[in-house]
Amino acid sequence: MEAIQIKGVTKRYKDVLALDNVSLTFEFGKIYGFLGRNGAGKSTLINIIANRVFADGGEVLIDGIPANENMAVHDKIFCMSEADLYDRDLKVIEHYKWTKRFYSDFDMNKALALSEKYDLDVNKRFRALSKGYQSIFKLIIALSLTVPYVIFDEPVLGLDANHRELFYSLLLKEFEEGERTFIIATHLIEELSNIIEEVVLIDKGKVVLQESVENLLEKGYSISGSAAEVENYCAGRNVIGIEELGGLKIAYIMGEKTALPKDSSLQISAMNLQKLFVKITEKGGEENE
Amino acid sequence: MNVNSNIEKPIFIQIAEQLEDKIFTGVFPEETQVPSTNEISALLSVNPHTVLKGMNILVDEEIIYKKRGLGMFVAEGAVEKIRRKRQSRFYEQYIAALLEEATKLQMSKEDVISLIERGYRNGSHSD
Repeated sequence: MEAIQIKGVTKRYKDVLALDNVSLTFEFGKIYGFLGRNGAGKSTLINIIANRVFADGGEVLIDGIPANENMAVHDKIFCMSEADLYDRDLKVIEHYKWTKRFYSDFDMNKALALSEKYDLDVNKRFRALSKGYQSIFKLIIALSLTVPYVIFDEPVLGLDANHRELFYSLLLKEFEEGERTFIIATHLIEELSNIIEEVVLIDKGKVVLQESVENLLEKGYSISGSAAEVENYCAGRNVIGIEELGGLKIAYIMGEKTALPKDSSLQISAMNLQKLFVKITEKGGEENE
Repeated sequence: MNVNSNIEKPIFIQIAEQLEDKIFTGVFPEETQVPSTNEISALLSVNPHTVLKGMNILVDEEIIYKKRGLGMFVAEGAVEKIRRKRQSRFYEQYIAALLEEATKLQMSKEDVISLIERGYRNGSHSD
């Protein structure tokens, strides 16, 4: 199977259960948004997939091959992490050369072309780069590797709006040119909502939701009107959040929309991905179908 | 072209509608090429699968067609096809909504008709 399969992965740090029997699949050829609040377990899972941390239980398969300490998966996956694991005294160009040694799939020409596009001076040492340019440097390495699975952990951290736009358009271009899987962990949900195809939402160490963005946006909506009417409408529905403004009540709902009763004063509005995320994780990640 | 993720309409439908409108208004004339999935995807920062889904709506309606190895082209007669489609939707899309609002405002049939006539008198709206 062409996919990253995570089967029953559990990870405990002392008395904190970071991942609680997590099972999910990232299929080949899609762009995923990997969402979760701070401390939800995102980075732990990414580090387990990337073999930087070991799980206490369960396993990760990449294209059917067990990932744990297995060199065979080395050519399949790359992870751009939030933490800086690079030697701060080495020049950018030297980092590229080392990457080339470790990854035969590293495209040096592409890395140099991207550096120029982003105005990254390859003769600077890593330590001399600003926070934004350190992110850009890491992105360039990730985008210059033609491995089938690339994971980005907070890729746009510290990037200004122009560079974020540039990153998103490069990402899409790369995706068009060679089919692969991008998994993007981020807090900037709205910026990504048209780019990602599927969302995986993790909360308190558990996967609470995995669904296509299109379905999610179709299922999530808000309804507003007088308190009594809204309460009436909400009966028997999956309400994930409520807001009140004087006599006005707004309910956030997941599920199928049904036509409003005739001459009802209620109003249905769309809910964007960020709002949906906030409401689901606020409630504590309960999901009922 | 632009997409708005804060409205209820799915992105792929927004893309199909805007492309259709560009064809209807002659930005992309019949038998010429329309932008590729890649180009639209990059322009709007939208997943190429979503763009393709939108374009396939127009392919199904035979407004655009695929030339092997070349890309998507506007079909002959596309403008007329779009005109007929829009005319057939005119009632439910505009008239029904108009009457609903007029009823809410307690306006009579005569009020509404006279306003429509005023619109024709005032503007460049010819029959």
